[in-house]
Amino acid sequence: MKARLGALAATAASIPITLLGLAVVTFFIGRVVPIDPVLAVVGDRAPADVVERARIELGLDQPLLVQFWRYLTDILTGNLGRSVMTSNTVWEDIARFFPATFELATFAILVAAILGIGLGVLAATRQGSWADQAVRVFCLAGHSLPVFVLGLISLLVFYAWLGWLPGPGRQGIVYQDMVEPITGLLTLDAALANDWPAFWDAVLHLIQPAGILAFFSLAYIARMTRAFMLAELRSEYVTTARAKGLSSTRIVWRHAFRNTLVPLVTVIFLTYAGLLEGAVLTETIFAWPGLGQYLTVSLLNADMNAVLGATLVVGLIYVVLNLLADLLYRLMDPRTR
Amino acid sequence: MSDPSLRGEPLVAVRNLHVAFPSATGVTQAVRGVSFSIGREKLGIVGESGSGKSVTGRALMRLLPASAQVRADALRFGTTDILAASEREMRSLRGGRIGLVLQDPKYSLNPVMTAGSQIAEALRAHARMGKREARDAALNLLESVKIRDPRRVHDAYPHELSGGMGQRVMIAMMLAPNPELLIADEPTSALDASVQSEILSLIEEQVDQRGMALMLISHDLPLVSRFCDRVAVMYAGQVMEELPAADLHKATHGYTRGLLECLPSLTEKRDRLPTLRRDPAWLAPHA
Amino acid sequence: MSAGPTPGSPMADAATATAAVEPIPPDAVPEAAGAPSPRGPGGVPRRREWLLTDAPASRSQAAWGRRYQAWLAFRRNPLATVGLAVILVMLLLILLAPVLATHDPGIQELGNRLAAPSAQHWLGTDELGRDVWSRLLYGGRITLGMVVAVVLLVAPLGLLVGCVAGYAGGIWDRLLMRVTDVFLAFPRLILALAFVAAMRPGVESAVIAIALTAWPPYARLARAETLTIRRTDYVAAARMTGASHARIVLRHVMPMCMPSLVVRVTLDMSSIILTAAGLGFLGLGAQPPLPEWGTMIATARRFILEQWWVALMPGIAIFAASLAFNLLGDGLRDVLDPKQR
Repeated sequence: MKARLGALAATAASIPITLLGLAVVTFFIGRVVPIDPVLAVVGDRAPADVVERARIELGLDQPLLVQFWRYLTDILTGNLGRSVMTSNTVWEDIARFFPATFELATFAILVAAILGIGLGVLAATRQGSWADQAVRVFCLAGHSLPVFVLGLISLLVFYAWLGWLPGPGRQGIVYQDMVEPITGLLTLDAALANDWPAFWDAVLHLIQPAGILAFFSLAYIARMTRAFMLAELRSEYVTTARAKGLSSTRIVWRHAFRNTLVPLVTVIFLTYAGLLEGAVLTETIFAWPGLGQYLTVSLLNADMNAVLGATLVVGLIYVVLNLLADLLYRLMDPRTR
Repeated sequence: MSDPSLRGEPLVAVRNLHVAFPSATGVTQAVRGVSFSIGREKLGIVGESGSGKSVTGRALMRLLPASAQVRADALRFGTTDILAASEREMRSLRGGRIGLVLQDPKYSLNPVMTAGSQIAEALRAHARMGKREARDAALNLLESVKIRDPRRVHDAYPHELSGGMGQRVMIAMMLAPNPELLIADEPTSALDASVQSEILSLIEEQVDQRGMALMLISHDLPLVSRFCDRVAVMYAGQVMEELPAADLHKATHGYTRGLLECLPSLTEKRDRLPTLRRDPAWLAPHA
Repeated sequence: MSAGPTPGSPMADAATATAAVEPIPPDAVPEAAGAPSPRGPGGVPRRREWLLTDAPASRSQAAWGRRYQAWLAFRRNPLATVGLAVILVMLLLILLAPVLATHDPGIQELGNRLAAPSAQHWLGTDELGRDVWSRLLYGGRITLGMVVAVVLLVAPLGLLVGCVAGYAGGIWDRLLMRVTDVFLAFPRLILALAFVAAMRPGVESAVIAIALTAWPPYARLARAETLTIRRTDYVAAARMTGASHARIVLRHVMPMCMPSLVVRVTLDMSSIILTAAGLGFLGLGAQPPLPEWGTMIATARRFILEQWWVALMPGIAIFAASLAFNLLGDGLRDVLDPKQR
């Protein structure tokens, strides 16, 4: 019990250090950037004395260490600065764009986890069969296809040629701003408002980007599940379970799979973290107004406050999910309890 | 100890068993024409690692990997033809009529299930039984394998148990559905020397009490001869010699003699233990 | 067997006593032994024999024998062999680009924009009437060149950081691993994006940005390997003979990390290709006149609904290269790193 708390404390203690590291990296990138932050504020036609005043106001005349301290206290008080592009605070922007990413990522990870685990277990229990080979090729394709190519092909086939699914965007023009935002998740908000046509519209828009993200995550989850399962199926306790006369379903799910679940949770959580961090390319292709797109657009417009703020938030999400995975891991494995 | 003469109808009949494993580098012949039978008795199978003794034991339960090629003139348990039995029949045989105790409880027990639930699972696989009933039966079994605190062990996970304790759980689990034959595959090799004899006595006691047959697989010739009625000596996938344990000193085969020769002795002064000289003729296939 | 035989038991003694003299592996039975004929008829079988001998006469013979056996094991995996073949063909194609290209990749032919594949333009033309086949060949030089540059930067850096952290231990280990964690906490593409934005979009900054985000897994891997190697007897032996730390790390630790590192690099190649192409697609990698594959897709994207083949051709090229490296890496892992399977 004591050891368990100690290990947990150590993990928890590493978080602030990692976050500090994140701040150092974003601060460093912010300083080496060739765009003058002063000009971004006052405009490039401002007279010299205005520029100088702004420079002092922004603290840019101070030594680097003092600037870093200021940056750090700003972050800690939740001040990520203001986006030049949207003229909102970066926090407001993130709060606005994050739900779209959250909706996309959650939908994708649910599909990916269910199908990925199923395919991985199938491949492992029929090792060497055509089903195993098919899953293997499927996974390799998932590791090798560029997201943006698959996205473009999907748009071409399902939107342009077949017309089965809507094009880029999160909802049809008819439904734009018709749903009262409560959670920020369109599907949920529409359902809460009992607006079923809007709900279906949101779901249809979700299918392509979420399906594509799910495919890539699925390939990874299936591959890991297969590897974990193969290792477990070879272990002695599985022989014991077979010697007890148990059914193969029970051996696979209750014995072997129950043991792979422990490392698998980490895999799924980290994949989820990767999706939440903003699937930059997918969001770009499907014009999905999420965090990833916000980041790219800010980058292309040299809106450094927005870029660094969003990067920091994204890093924070990763760290927190990592901690959650660690916690779950400890709860599920009796050896670490 | 039961008398070898009380042997009844053979419970297990193995005639000319062959097991081969194809691999990338060619086919490995693990068992090459082994024949023996087991009645209500204790048969010891002795051999060094790679001699095919464990494979023989597992072939009896059809627990070999799918890639294994098994053929035999006869491989029978009671009236069941093991090579022809359906998977369903095999399942009722495994655990139900044949139990298997493996070497190391650290690996052979499922690390994420409590000891009690693993025993209850074995019970419920072979008899209609409610959860409560299974729990009570599991506690009784734990008591019968001489565990002092059955309740604690019942709710413990394998990593919380010592090796000896884990092996007792393993035995309890395999005895649960009351099988007719217990195959013990090196049941004490992974344990501390101090608990080895306790575990063996426990197995012996349970086997006698329940009137079961025992197939004890081991690399330890003196140990096997002490606990068994008959001993079969295996080498390179074949049975070299089979004889009553009491007559071990009358062994005629070169391999068995070689093994006995290199035993250290307390009563006789020996300068240096001789090493075993392997005769290539032993590898020739037997009739 | 995990636990040794009981001390004092005859079988244990017999086994250990004879093991050194006359080991009999379980498969050394007459059927399987089939002794090879002592001398092959031609030169080839004899070379094969020299390579496969159980008793190599020199260190180099042993080393070549080991490599030959690895090659034999590798060749048994058809998918991996296909992967290797595809990579070799691609390398050949881009090396011979000046010979194989049918047009100058920069020449515009505005009257023949977005043409479908034909005898004259095998893969059609792009939005400025440039020949797609020729641009693909030259573009491969940029895309694959970027990948090679990233690997050359990343693998030694990761190896060094990991080995030093694992070997030195203590405060160095903790410091270096914390830095690694920080870089791991960023999503790869976003960190690369931020770096590129901070520098100037282009091939060089894309390479540096990808390298900066790609090294942490290598450091982790090298550290894990080093931790096990550090405790081995031969490292202790080297230390006792007075070898310096640098010598131990360079001569004893690093070579042992190589197999898993090679596997990791090969498997990582595809993800580097995808990141490089992704940066190009977002307009932060190679800049437009250059025929980089990702950049080509980005410009052709506007015509995806009508002239879809223009975007699809470089897409296929990226997919083929990345899949080939994945297949090769998978096969290499089976051969070099069996414990990971």
